[in-house]
Amino acid sequence: MPTPRRVVFTGLGPVSAFGLGIEPLWAAMLEGRSGITSLDSRFDASGFECPFAASLPAENFDVRKVVPKTYRKATKVMARDTELAVGAAALAVSDAGLVTRATDGDEPPTIPPSRTGCHIGAGLIAADVDELSAALVTSVDDDGEFDIGKWGEVGMGNLTPLWLLKYLPNMLACHVTIIHDCQGPSNTITCAEASSGLSIGESMRVIMRGHADICLSGGAESKLNPMGLLRQQYAKRLAHVPADATPESIVRPFSSDAAGGVLGEGGGILALEALDHALDRGIEPIAELAGLSASQAMCSDTVGRAYDDADVSVVRAIEAALSSAKCDPSEVDAIVPLGSGIPWMDAVDARAIREVFGSRAAEIPLVTIVPYVGLCGAGLGAIAVSVAAQCLREQKLPARIGSIDPGDCGLNCGPCESTDAELRSILVFTTSLGGQNVAMLLRRWTNGENS
Amino acid sequence: MTTPPRVVVTGMGWVTPLGCSLEEVWARLTAADSGMDSITRFDARTFPTTFAAEIKDYDFTQYVRDASIHSTAGLNSKFALGAASQAWRQAGLYDCDSLDRSRVGLYLGAGEGVLDTPNYLQTNVHSWDAANRRVDGRRWAESALRTMHDLTEVEQEPNMPIAHLAREFEVTGPAFNCLTACAASTQAIGEAFDIIRRGEADLMISGGTHTMIHPLGVTGFNRLTALSTFDGDPAEASRPFDRTRGGFVMGEGSGIVTIERLDHALARGATPLAEIVGYGSSCDAFRITDIQPDGRGAAAAMGMALKQAGIDPNAPHADGGPPIDYISAHGTGTKENDSIETRAVKRVFGDLAGTIPMSSIKSMMGHLIAAAGAVELITCIMAIDRGVLPPTRNLHHPDEGLDLDYVPNESREAKVTTCLSNNFGFGGQNDTLIVTRYSE
Repeated sequence: MPTPRRVVFTGLGPVSAFGLGIEPLWAAMLEGRSGITSLDSRFDASGFECPFAASLPAENFDVRKVVPKTYRKATKVMARDTELAVGAAALAVSDAGLVTRATDGDEPPTIPPSRTGCHIGAGLIAADVDELSAALVTSVDDDGEFDIGKWGEVGMGNLTPLWLLKYLPNMLACHVTIIHDCQGPSNTITCAEASSGLSIGESMRVIMRGHADICLSGGAESKLNPMGLLRQQYAKRLAHVPADATPESIVRPFSSDAAGGVLGEGGGILALEALDHALDRGIEPIAELAGLSASQAMCSDTVGRAYDDADVSVVRAIEAALSSAKCDPSEVDAIVPLGSGIPWMDAVDARAIREVFGSRAAEIPLVTIVPYVGLCGAGLGAIAVSVAAQCLREQKLPARIGSIDPGDCGLNCGPCESTDAELRSILVFTTSLGGQNVAMLLRRWTNGENS
Repeated sequence: MTTPPRVVVTGMGWVTPLGCSLEEVWARLTAADSGMDSITRFDARTFPTTFAAEIKDYDFTQYVRDASIHSTAGLNSKFALGAASQAWRQAGLYDCDSLDRSRVGLYLGAGEGVLDTPNYLQTNVHSWDAANRRVDGRRWAESALRTMHDLTEVEQEPNMPIAHLAREFEVTGPAFNCLTACAASTQAIGEAFDIIRRGEADLMISGGTHTMIHPLGVTGFNRLTALSTFDGDPAEASRPFDRTRGGFVMGEGSGIVTIERLDHALARGATPLAEIVGYGSSCDAFRITDIQPDGRGAAAAMGMALKQAGIDPNAPHADGGPPIDYISAHGTGTKENDSIETRAVKRVFGDLAGTIPMSSIKSMMGHLIAAAGAVELITCIMAIDRGVLPPTRNLHHPDEGLDLDYVPNESREAKVTTCLSNNFGFGGQNDTLIVTRYSE
C-alpha cells in the first residue's frame, strides 16, 4: 500500500445548548456550567419521564442568519437537525479559513468543489407533529377518528409538497453540500450515537484514498420533539426524574447513583483535511486524527439497548484505533467516553477503559460531555471530538460536572475544576443504541510538527 | 508501493417483489415479468397512486436460526435477514468453521423502519389542540405511551437491520449504515469494498433493505409528484426511458452480498462470483429537488469508478466491444432522471455511449429505494454469469434525445464481462459500482 495520507482537523464547528462554536461551549466547560434546563420552551413534555433537555435557545441561533441571502428561502424546508448541521458547517468553514460558494465576495473557492467531500451523521428525523397533525385533522370521520380514505382524496393535499424532503436523513448533507458547493463524495451515516465518529471515519478514508482533500464531517441531531422523546424513553436512555429535579445534576456519568441520560440537541461539523494539503495552504492543524476504528457489539436483546457483560467489541475498537495510530496506551493522556450517565452503558465504558489501560485506568482523566450538552444522538460524537481537539490545542482539561460518587468504577472521572494539563493524545470513543462502536485517537499538533 | 487487495463477491441474496430466490427472480426479470399490483398493505384506493410492487407471502422465519431473537424486527430487518441468509449460504459461510467473526463487518444502506401508522396517526389526531393549532404535548404523551410499543419504536431506527444481521451471523467487525436515499445500498457496497481494500475487514455483509409502502411513505412521494399515477394496468405503469413515462413505482425488499478479499475467499475454498473493480461517489451540490441538468454529478461518479477500474470510457475494449458490456441504469421512470442519466452516460462514454446496452429493472420490480442499488448490482452479476441482459419493460415510445440502447421489452443474450451500475439519490448523491467477471 502507498503511505497513507495523514489527516488533520483544521476547523471546528460544534453546535450545542451553549450556542454556535467552540468558544461558548468551552467557556461553559471551564466553569462547570450545564446546558440542561426544562423542556417547557419547546412543548409540554410533562407527560414523559424526563421533561428536561439541553436545548439551543432560539435567541442564540437563527439559521437564516448563517446561510447566504439567496438560500434563506430553503430554510423553510429544513428540519431542526438540518438547521443545526447548516449552522455547524458555516462555523467549520470559517474556522478552517476556507472560502466556499457561501462566502461573501468574489474570491474563488479555496478548494475545487470536486475535491471537497461531506459526511454528516444523522438520526431518524421525526416529522413535526404540529405540522403533520394540522393536515391529519382535516381527514377525520364523524367520530373524530382518522379516515384514510379522506386523507388520500383531499387531506394529504394540506401537506406542503416538499414535506418528505424535510425528513430524509441525507438532507443535512444535501443542504450543506449545496450551500458550500461540495461536489466530492458525500455520505450520511445513521448509526445513532456512533454516527458522527463513523462519518469522520468515512471522511478519513475518502481523503486517504485520494478522492477528496478536505471534508466537512460530523453529525447533528435534535430529538427535542414528542416522537424523539418517546423513542429515547423507550430506548431506556433517559433518567426518570421528578418534575422538580435540579436539571444540572441529573446526569452523573460513572457515579454509583447514576440514573440515566438527558436529551440534548446539537452536533458539529469539523473540517477534516489531508495534512499535505493543509500545510500547502499555510494552515496550522488543530490536531491530528491519528487513528480510527469501528466494531459491532453482540447484544443479547438484538437491538442494543444494552450491551452484554461479556462484550469485547469496544475494547477491540479502541485497541485497533490505538494500533492504527501507532500509539501506545501509555501515550493517552485523557479519554472522552460516551459517558452517558446510563448505568449499564457507563459500565461498558468503564470495563473497556480498565481492560485497555490496566492499572493506568484509575489515572487517565475522563472528559464527560453529556452533563453539559445532553445526549445529542448522531451529533454527540462531533461535540466529543471538538472538545478533545480543543483540550489538545489549549492543553487544558475542563471541569467535570454533576455530583459524582465514583464508587468502585476504578476510573478518574476528571478534575472538579478545570486545569492545565500536558496532553499528548486523547482517545474518543462512542457506543450506540444498536451496538455500533467507534474509537478515535487524536494527537496534539505543536510547533508545526506532531508531538 | 503495493496494490490494494482484490475484492470479490462470493454470495448474493435478495427478497424482492419478483420473488425471494436468485433463480426465480432472474427468470422473471429475463421474461420481462412485472411485480406491480394494487396496494394491499393499506387502503390506498383514494390515493393518487393505488399500486406498488409489494412482497407477498414472505416468511422470514425460514431463513434464520432462531426467529425469537428477531421477534420484534421491522419489515426492513426481516427482508434483510432473508437476503443475507441466501448470500451467506451461497458463500458457503454456514459451513465455514475457521471464520474470524471479528474480521467480518457490516455495511448496509438500509432505510428507516415503518411507522406504527394507526397508533401514530391516532395519537396525533387525538392530541390536536384546535384552539392553539398545535399538538397538546401532555395528551400526545399519554396517548403515545398507552398505544405505541417500546420495541416497535426502537426497531424503526435505521441501524436496526445491521443489529439484526450482526446477531444472526454473530459478526463483530466494523458496522455502518448509510442512508443516502435511493443511492444508499450502492454507496454501502462501495464503502464496504474500500474497507476491505484498506485491510480493516476480511469480509463484509453489504447491501440494503427498505420499504416505504405505507401511508405516509406513499403520501410523501405523491406530494413530490415523483410516483406514477398511471391509470391502467399497474404492470404498465413503470416506463423508464419511454416518452410517456410519468414517475416511478414503489417497490420494496432487500439485496445483500457478501464481499471479501480474494485471498480470503480462495483460502476457504469459496467461489468468486465476480470482482468489484471500481467505485465512485459524488454529490450534485445543486438543488434539493432537481438533478444537475448536465448530469455533472452522475458523470463524476462514473468517471471516478472507471478510473479506479482502469477502464478508458472513450476507447473500445481490446476485443472490439464497448468499454463496458452493460449498464444497470438508475432508470426510475421520472422525466428528469431518465433524461439526465442518458445525458450523463453520453458525457462519459462519448461516441461509444450508443454501443453500450443499458436497462432499468425498475420497470419490472419497482423502485426499492435504499435497497435498489444492491438488487441492481446482483442483477449485473447474474448477467455476467448467464450471458443475458434483462430488459427495460414498457418501452414503446422513443423520446427525443433518449437514443441509447435501453434493451427494450425483451431480454437479450450477450457476452457480458464488465458491468457498471448507477444509482442517484434525492439530495444529490451519485454512486457507481463496476463489477467484472472473475478470472485468475
